[in-house]
Amino acid sequence: MNAIANILHLGFKELRTLFRDPAMMVLIVYSFTLSIHSSATGIPESPYRATIAVVDEDRSPASQRIIDAFQAPYFLEPVLTNHAEMDAGMDKGRYTFTLNIPPDFQRDLLAGRSPAIQLNVDATQVSQAFSGAGHIQQIVSSEVATFLSGYAPDASPPVQAVVRTVYNPNLYQSWFGAINAVINQITMLSIILTGAALIREREHGTIEHLLVMPVTPFEIMSAKVWSMGLVVLVAAALALHFIVEEWLDVPITGSVALFLLGTTLHLFATTSLGIFFGTVARSMPQLGLLIILTLMPLQVLSGGMTPRESMPELIQNIMLAAPTTHFVMLGQSILFRGAGLAIVWPQLLALVVIGAVFFAVALSRLRKSLG
Amino acid sequence: MTGNVVIRLHSVGLQYASTVALADVSLEIPARQMVGLIGPDGVGKSSLLALIAGARRLQAGGVEVLGGDMANAEHRRLTGPRIAYMPQGLGKNLYATLTVRENLEFFARLFGQERAERERRIADLTRSTGLADFTERPAGKLSGGMKQKLGLCCALIHDPDLLILDEPTTGVDPLSRSQFWDLIARIRQQRPDMSVLVATAYMDEAQRFDWLVAMNDGQVLDTGTPRALLEKTRCSSLEEAFVALLPTEKRRGHRQLTIPPRPANDDIAIEAHGLTKRFGNFTAVDHVDFRIERGEIFGFLGSNGCGKSTTMKMLTGLLPFEEGEARLFGQAVDPNDIESRRRVGYMSQAFSLYSELSVGQNLDLHARLFHMDAADYRTRRQELLEQFDLQDVIDALPSRLPLGVRQRLSLAVAVLHRPEILILDEPTSGVDPVARDNFWTQLVKMSREDGVTIFISTHFMNEAMRCDRISLMHAGRVLASDTPQALQETRGADTLEQAFIAYLREASQAPDTAADSTPPQAPPAAAPAGADTPPPRFSRRRLLSYARREGMELRRDPIRATLALAGTLILLFIMGYGITMDVEDLSFAVLDRDQTTTSQHYILNLSGSRYFEEQPPLQSYADLNARLRSGDISLAVEIPPGFGRDLKRGASPQVAYWIDGAMPSRASTIQGYAQGIHNAYLQELARNTGVSDAGAPVDIALRYRYNPDVQSLPAMVPAVIPLLLMMIPAMLTALGVVREKELGSITNFYVTPVTRLEFLIGKQLPYVAMGMVNFVLLIVLSIVVFGVPVKGSLLVLTLGALLYVMCATGLGLLISSLFNSQIAAIFGTAIVTLVPAIQFSGMTHPVSAMEGVSAIIGYLYPTSHFLLISRGVFSKALGLLDLYPYFLALLVTIPILGALSILGLKKQER
Repeated sequence: MNAIANILHLGFKELRTLFRDPAMMVLIVYSFTLSIHSSATGIPESPYRATIAVVDEDRSPASQRIIDAFQAPYFLEPVLTNHAEMDAGMDKGRYTFTLNIPPDFQRDLLAGRSPAIQLNVDATQVSQAFSGAGHIQQIVSSEVATFLSGYAPDASPPVQAVVRTVYNPNLYQSWFGAINAVINQITMLSIILTGAALIREREHGTIEHLLVMPVTPFEIMSAKVWSMGLVVLVAAALALHFIVEEWLDVPITGSVALFLLGTTLHLFATTSLGIFFGTVARSMPQLGLLIILTLMPLQVLSGGMTPRESMPELIQNIMLAAPTTHFVMLGQSILFRGAGLAIVWPQLLALVVIGAVFFAVALSRLRKSLG
Repeated sequence: MTGNVVIRLHSVGLQYASTVALADVSLEIPARQMVGLIGPDGVGKSSLLALIAGARRLQAGGVEVLGGDMANAEHRRLTGPRIAYMPQGLGKNLYATLTVRENLEFFARLFGQERAERERRIADLTRSTGLADFTERPAGKLSGGMKQKLGLCCALIHDPDLLILDEPTTGVDPLSRSQFWDLIARIRQQRPDMSVLVATAYMDEAQRFDWLVAMNDGQVLDTGTPRALLEKTRCSSLEEAFVALLPTEKRRGHRQLTIPPRPANDDIAIEAHGLTKRFGNFTAVDHVDFRIERGEIFGFLGSNGCGKSTTMKMLTGLLPFEEGEARLFGQAVDPNDIESRRRVGYMSQAFSLYSELSVGQNLDLHARLFHMDAADYRTRRQELLEQFDLQDVIDALPSRLPLGVRQRLSLAVAVLHRPEILILDEPTSGVDPVARDNFWTQLVKMSREDGVTIFISTHFMNEAMRCDRISLMHAGRVLASDTPQALQETRGADTLEQAFIAYLREASQAPDTAADSTPPQAPPAAAPAGADTPPPRFSRRRLLSYARREGMELRRDPIRATLALAGTLILLFIMGYGITMDVEDLSFAVLDRDQTTTSQHYILNLSGSRYFEEQPPLQSYADLNARLRSGDISLAVEIPPGFGRDLKRGASPQVAYWIDGAMPSRASTIQGYAQGIHNAYLQELARNTGVSDAGAPVDIALRYRYNPDVQSLPAMVPAVIPLLLMMIPAMLTALGVVREKELGSITNFYVTPVTRLEFLIGKQLPYVAMGMVNFVLLIVLSIVVFGVPVKGSLLVLTLGALLYVMCATGLGLLISSLFNSQIAAIFGTAIVTLVPAIQFSGMTHPVSAMEGVSAIIGYLYPTSHFLLISRGVFSKALGLLDLYPYFLALLVTIPILGALSILGLKKQER
């Protein structure tokens, strides 16, 4: 009973401390509002506003037809250029794609001689390069087909592919971006808040004072976990409703309550991780570095930025130990695919296990570092 | 020197939020004198000194120091080197990780001293203050009193014309205190033009001053020589005169303290046998024994750093000890025994309550943690607020309160839960005489009426006289233990102070400290270079002084350097391998409702592709839905019944593809792949059936430039390097300034001639160097380990990296100068680096594809430019001629960030 009361009171103390720091409040508000909005709307649809240059050596109706097919918003207006210019432009990163239509293209096409069009892709523009190349091939083939059919009308193909996208029919990047941003902010804020709260106590000598009082390291840690976790949970819930649903107009299919349950479990793990960092780092500068070094891979490799299945197996397996991996899966399942408890329980279980391990390790470190 | 007045104040007022610190103070302070500022805690002494030193911004009135207006920045710049200011607090302006010598060297360099002069002065000062043996010890490891001495040495390093000391001897032992004043007296002898302004809580010190200013409630009560003040108040001692000067209500309840005799008690409350503590090969406490009876007031006296605090901490269980035993009420001290903590009240030497909670909230929190009964606490709270005179500051934050008031709060907290043992580590240091007497009244009452055992350390001899017994400690050993009177008699001394000093001198086997006999050899004529020539507007030496200090701190912290270097390498490794834009191994499953060889043939096209990985087939629509929903598959293909038959009949059957759109970029990739595979199937079909002529109508030759094999590493390495070189240097720098703000050493920046530009660049340089080391390691790693060659000029890339690292550290500094707490700086840095660098700088999507806010950020953010340089040099072998616009952009960013940082940084405290 006493322990619970202590945890409660120490937690209130943490909240008071946080609310006393106006800069911190501004940053929290920013990170859960404007920051989410800008990173949700910042990711372009792919391909989107891709830069393309065309060397048209044919100047025929057929080649013109292909050029006209590159339209906004997927492409910026194609730039007509020559060979030398084309190479220089690619070098300077002015064009991601260049298309070279050979002389006599239309004549060869009509004669069925299967003329070759050269498509150059700037492979350094990673994501746009790969998805855009496919897209351009598609456009060229279909324009050529339409062009030819204008001369020799043809029946429908022997097999038709009907492609439907579910859960986000128009593939709006902002839907995914918004949820991913919320998840990133949750992770970032919770680790920073608890880690820094612990270092702060040490740097200001207050931890020494706590230790001469009838308070155990378990109580000290639990207080930070619940109070900082609560701050992040509330911020996330508000952001999900007001920013994601209202402002960004992202329809949420699944149960928000279930998602928040997952968030709570995730926070249990990340706040423990923050405490752990607080015991490893000897000073704020060390903590800052540790946090950056952890946040980066967490953000990039959890499956929120690029699909997990394309990562090397080793990385996939390592990342299974990170709570964010499970949280990203869980978030996508619940919020977009409307998955229920029956589907996401493995992720919830994983979060519980990871959280429990992190908590136990952090607690034993804390005991040691204080003892 | 300007006439006989060194400082002139007219109608100076100062307010913190709603509290008035100074109200309409007008005062003229005579030059070439030793002037004392006395008064109770919290009457505005420190505020006044900070204003005079130029550390705090003037709000109202005028302050004229050394013949100029301190509101004028130019005058502050010129007079800065002539003023030395030592702020209150135990070594607040020192750098904990730097050694004593390095701290002194730092200050000496700030004042532009040459090596020889520096060496001489440091040797001189450390010898006269007894720090000579400790020059290689980090300042953070010094005892409270030694920190004070070091603080004074730092203030005296440059022969100031005006020396401002804010309670310099608080927490300093009597021997050191007398050495300290001797030192100042000698300096004044050699530099008779120097004026000294001191705030002090020791009335015996004030007695020796030339002129005194008595203050109360933000106002000056009286001024004059000590003798004049004594005559005016008709008092025999300054201590009494001080009380007499106070308005009547402040004197309330103050009377001479009498201590009733202690009833005999055989109960042993605290017992120590052979208690020993070693830090490395330094023995801090060496076989200490004592027994303290229940209800006894036991005093602990000793020179600074002799092990008093360490002994006390061991008794509370905060520090484990190597040898011996310690018992409280017969029970061995056990740090894990929660119950015994309830019986002990402890007050540490440095303030250790929450400075972000108000006075009342601090009390409340402690009451709750001790589970005090609510009703009981209500009365107890009121009682303590009155006893310790804290009613007026209930809602104030401790960080805004003067030292004396904070000490009173700490005491109130220590006794709150009515402990049976009180362990108090210099509880009255910095507390004014009246408050001290009140406090002792409480202690005596607790000891005599409630039987509370009190173990207290102090440097006040009149307090030591009040103890039942005292122990004298020196260099980790107890020299003598007895009643104060007996100790005095044994040494045949008139006062306890004399007895104490005699014991110490004997123990340290120095009949007379060397310092006392040899005066410093400072040639006063040649010394003060800064006094006649105005300090330069820009000084490379000052800049380098800060750079060197910052560099030292970085070197002292090998963990930070290792983290920065090893961390980036590991990150390059996992991110280089981990981020693949080439989406592969996508899981799909088929709902084959035809189950013919034709349908299986169609599926083979998909499952044979390297992009897709087939999962167990789907059984029904429900199964299809469930597996898509669970994320088990990201593509479901449905082949309709009669597919084979319809195909043969030319009925154009429809194959349905269901793609999981939760992750749009993956979905559109799947879309593309699926279309491609479907088309390939159609072409194959056409060839086989001979319906159409061979081949597609058009052949699209796809070439991936710069990375023909579309490998992930050559694509990712040039993109991850800019990312890492932004985050790590920015985070390293981000705490540079804000850390000094939070820990107090920023005062050095306020009161020394260093300019904002020198300060900022000085802070930045070491991290730029570190960033470049990082860069070199990253390049070596990518060439040697990853086999990703730099196709272009390494020199161009290095130049770009240098500019870029300057931008990154500049961004960190900007954040650091804007924020006031380290937490906010870390969070702020994470926000302004992670999202813009990863998402908006063109790592995955080119900046040209962005719109709105993200496009603006993308175009302005340095990572965008360096990313283009990095990719250009790494993959495209571009030179400076092709890349110059991006270099220009970085070049322009550096001064902009610098200017913003300068604007965000204030040269005075507000």
